[in-house]
Amino acid sequence: MLSNKSIVFSAKNISKTFGAGKKITTAVNNVSFDIYDGEIISIVGGSGCGKSVLAKIMLGLYGPSKGKFHYNGKKITNLKKHWNDVQSVFQDPFSCFNQFFTIRSQLEDAFNILKKKPSKEEIKRRVDEGLLAVNVTPSDIEGKYSFELSGGQMQRMLLARIFALRPKVLIADEPTSMVDACVRANILDYLMKLKEELQMTIVFITHDIGLANYVSDRIFIMHDGMIVNSGTPEEVLDNTRETHTLKLLDDIPEVHKKEWIKNSHRSKNKEAS
Amino acid sequence: MVKLLKNLLKSPMFVIGVSIFLITLAIAFLGPVFYDVDTNARDIVAGPYAPSSAEHILGTDHLGRDYMSLLISGLRSSLYVGFVAGIIATTLGVFIGLFGGFRGGWVDEVLNMGTNLFIVIPSFVILVLISSAVKDGRSLTLIGLIIGLTTWSWSARAVRAQASSLRSRDHIALARINGASSFTIVIKHVLPYLLSYVFMVFIMQISSGILSEASISMIGLGPLDSTSLGIILNQAKDNGALSDGIWIAFLPATLIITLTVFALYLVNTSMEGVFNPRLRK
Amino acid sequence: MSENIFEVENLSLHYLGRFGDKTHAVTDVSFNMKQGEILGIAGESGCGKSTLVSGLMGMCIPPLYPTSGDVRVRGESLMNRTVEDIRSNVLAQKVSMIPQGAFNALNPVRKIKDIAADVIAAHQKPGSSMKASEIYERLRSRFDLFGMDTDRVLNSFPIQLTAGERQRSVIGISTLLNPQMVIADEPTSALDVSTQKEVIKMIFDLLDKGIFSTMIFITHELPLLYHVADNIAIMYAGEIVEKGTAEQVVKDPRHPYTKALMGAMLSSEKSQRTRKPVAIEGAPPSLAKKIVGCRFAERCSFARPECKKNTQNIRMVGDREVRCEYAQ
Ligand SMILES: Nc1ncnc2c1ncn2[C@@H]1O[C@H](COP(=O)(O)OP(=O)(O)OP(=O)(O)O)[C@@H](O)[C@H]1O
Ligand SMILES: Nc1ncnc2c1ncn2[C@@H]1O[C@H](COP(=O)(O)OP(=O)(O)OP(=O)(O)O)[C@@H](O)[C@H]1O
Ligand SMILES: [Mg+2]
Ligand SMILES: [Mg+2]
Repeated sequence: MLSNKSIVFSAKNISKTFGAGKKITTAVNNVSFDIYDGEIISIVGGSGCGKSVLAKIMLGLYGPSKGKFHYNGKKITNLKKHWNDVQSVFQDPFSCFNQFFTIRSQLEDAFNILKKKPSKEEIKRRVDEGLLAVNVTPSDIEGKYSFELSGGQMQRMLLARIFALRPKVLIADEPTSMVDACVRANILDYLMKLKEELQMTIVFITHDIGLANYVSDRIFIMHDGMIVNSGTPEEVLDNTRETHTLKLLDDIPEVHKKEWIKNSHRSKNKEAS
Repeated sequence: MVKLLKNLLKSPMFVIGVSIFLITLAIAFLGPVFYDVDTNARDIVAGPYAPSSAEHILGTDHLGRDYMSLLISGLRSSLYVGFVAGIIATTLGVFIGLFGGFRGGWVDEVLNMGTNLFIVIPSFVILVLISSAVKDGRSLTLIGLIIGLTTWSWSARAVRAQASSLRSRDHIALARINGASSFTIVIKHVLPYLLSYVFMVFIMQISSGILSEASISMIGLGPLDSTSLGIILNQAKDNGALSDGIWIAFLPATLIITLTVFALYLVNTSMEGVFNPRLRK
Repeated sequence: MSENIFEVENLSLHYLGRFGDKTHAVTDVSFNMKQGEILGIAGESGCGKSTLVSGLMGMCIPPLYPTSGDVRVRGESLMNRTVEDIRSNVLAQKVSMIPQGAFNALNPVRKIKDIAADVIAAHQKPGSSMKASEIYERLRSRFDLFGMDTDRVLNSFPIQLTAGERQRSVIGISTLLNPQMVIADEPTSALDVSTQKEVIKMIFDLLDKGIFSTMIFITHELPLLYHVADNIAIMYAGEIVEKGTAEQVVKDPRHPYTKALMGAMLSSEKSQRTRKPVAIEGAPPSLAKKIVGCRFAERCSFARPECKKNTQNIRMVGDREVRCEYAQ
């Protein structure tokens, strides 16, 4: 079905290690995959399993220690050109902004990466539009610095930056981990709209399996640097016997779950009593 | 910024340190307004070791020069050397530390190796060697320059540690994918976070500059064009003031050096106390 | 009926801006907690949850200032006290706080045991200081209780630990002095579901063993709160808009905003999976300006014309509190 589309990212046996000798850590371990144009992929996995490192490889911020990683069939060499197409939301919004400059100026700085930089008015208009798409009134952040925003607001600024910039490929590392359900739904709506409009390719890194199921064409489950399971949401969530996937599914705090935490008198929805 | 200053002013150590330092500055630069200071230290105004009098508050030295006048111009020279050495060592150290810490990789390793080399080679020995090599034209500025060029390694190390801890922050990565050049990143996204640190390093370098100059002059390798506190001590030593117990010839100079360095030390430590609590949690 | 261990009365807090402007981040929050209760607080991102936490601790560090109201722990007021006073007499001993993102902000150059010693030393009365070795011993026996690899964890630097181990260490450290109450600000939002479950298990363990008895748990994830909390309060634009039991709020919400939150939920459960989450457009009102009428009116799908004029007050609907005069 997807085979007639072009491949955006292709990874062949890539690994990424940090350090050397005794203190070596393998963050990504012999991973291979293809991501097609216009696809939405979710990467799900436990903390420390290498998701963020993989994201930084896709961004070109890290090169793989082993294996081949290609964007549009070529190795990533010209980073500025790469970032013109491929943009990212980083994981920790608390460390994403420079506390010495206003939020607005940092959002506008993003346009420096574009080959064709829009006019000042156009930039301002697009930033405002991005802010509205994340439920923020532009005048509310006028003249504000990052330390004057809440965690979720900072995270939304990172998304507003993407909505203003409209890249071809988005790599979003836990982009909605700090926002409430309403804002998240709004962000997803806008993202889907953008995706339709621009044929955007999106890689979501998330621990929210509900979200992964809702948005993605395919889900990759990672464990210990490896992709241990992958396929459509149905394949991964319903018809799997892969143990790491099953454990993740078992640990989601669904409202309807019986005794989410076993053997505690605090558990809800118990069978008896 | 205002908040930081307020916190600093709450620290007694800082207030005492700054006060003492301001007093030494005042003596050095306002002194000549109130007291007849001979900056060339040539005028012989009375007999050798004349006692203190209304005209010559601290008496005279072995040649009969006004001792107070010597002290004031000596202090000026010492502070001048301290500033020259401080500016050079801080600029060099900050530049090398920032660049290495920010770039990482082999650039960092090479620069770090150089830094460590300078830390293990006793800079005083180099100082002595260079000073004795330049026989003519060993001026105050040259001495400051040499001190600066040999003591930058400590600031480089301090700044490098800070810069490399910033390197892993995502705002740097964000600046990169915004297309900012390395130069912009260092100036806009790294340096502002280190300014307080750079200031601390600068103060430390000034005080080590003053001490280095005093030591080198003590052993007779000081500047030939002016009188510094170290030179006063050197002359006192050479003329047997120590063994003869003529305390006035060396005690005030020693005291002033100690006080100045101590004041800078107080300022430095109290600033560290105020700038660092954010590490606590 | 047991007495209230924690009482919050009409608490309002504001930030003072650089130009003298005020942001009223928390407005008129009142609630009481009984011994043994877990209260969950959820709400719009930026609605003032983290600010409320600072206020509840009495830790109003400029630019945050209390506007009015009172907070009492077993009758002892925490308002209008100096930060030093709160730090050495309340924090970690009576009420403990686990700040948002704390486990990612641990000092990278100190080992867990040293961080513990630092934290405990900073929060103790001058007279009664424990020695580092004593703290270490206590930490050991405490960590042993939860089946953590105590020696390894205590002797590690933060980056050598997994996120779950770091967060559990933070909780272990902040409950070392047996506070009556713990306030945790999004302690599991940055964690994956399995690690989140581990952390919640640890919290339940601490409660069962009587290390602390009462807790405020802040998160934006309602299904999680449903499993963790006894009661849930929902906040919007600085105010509590609904408060009831976990069952009531999650399964049968009455305030339009709570309904919107539940409607926007995503689920991985098979039966729920195809349901499209409903987004609500627009943004909450600016907290820097005076707000007239119901704060949610602009975005409310049940709003009537008069809602934009009438300020809403908390009223009882059955046995729960709702800030909407039309809620059934
Ligand atoms: N710059 C680095 N230097 C050394 N080790 C690193 C570095 N970045 C990541 N690692 C290690 O690589 C492994 C994978 O880290 P990564 O950040 O990709 O995890 P993650 O899956 O994103 O986890 P989380 O869900 O907690 O964000 C971890 O063990 C981490 O300690
Ligand atoms: N230092 C500050 N100066 C001015 N306004 C601030 C400051 N800190 C926070 N605010 C504002 O106060 C409001 C409440 O922030 P708070 O951090 O309490 O939100 P929150 O409910 O914890 O949100 P989140 O779920 O995103 O963490 C926000 O609108 C924020 O912009
Ligand atoms: Mg990550
Ligand atoms: Mg918060």
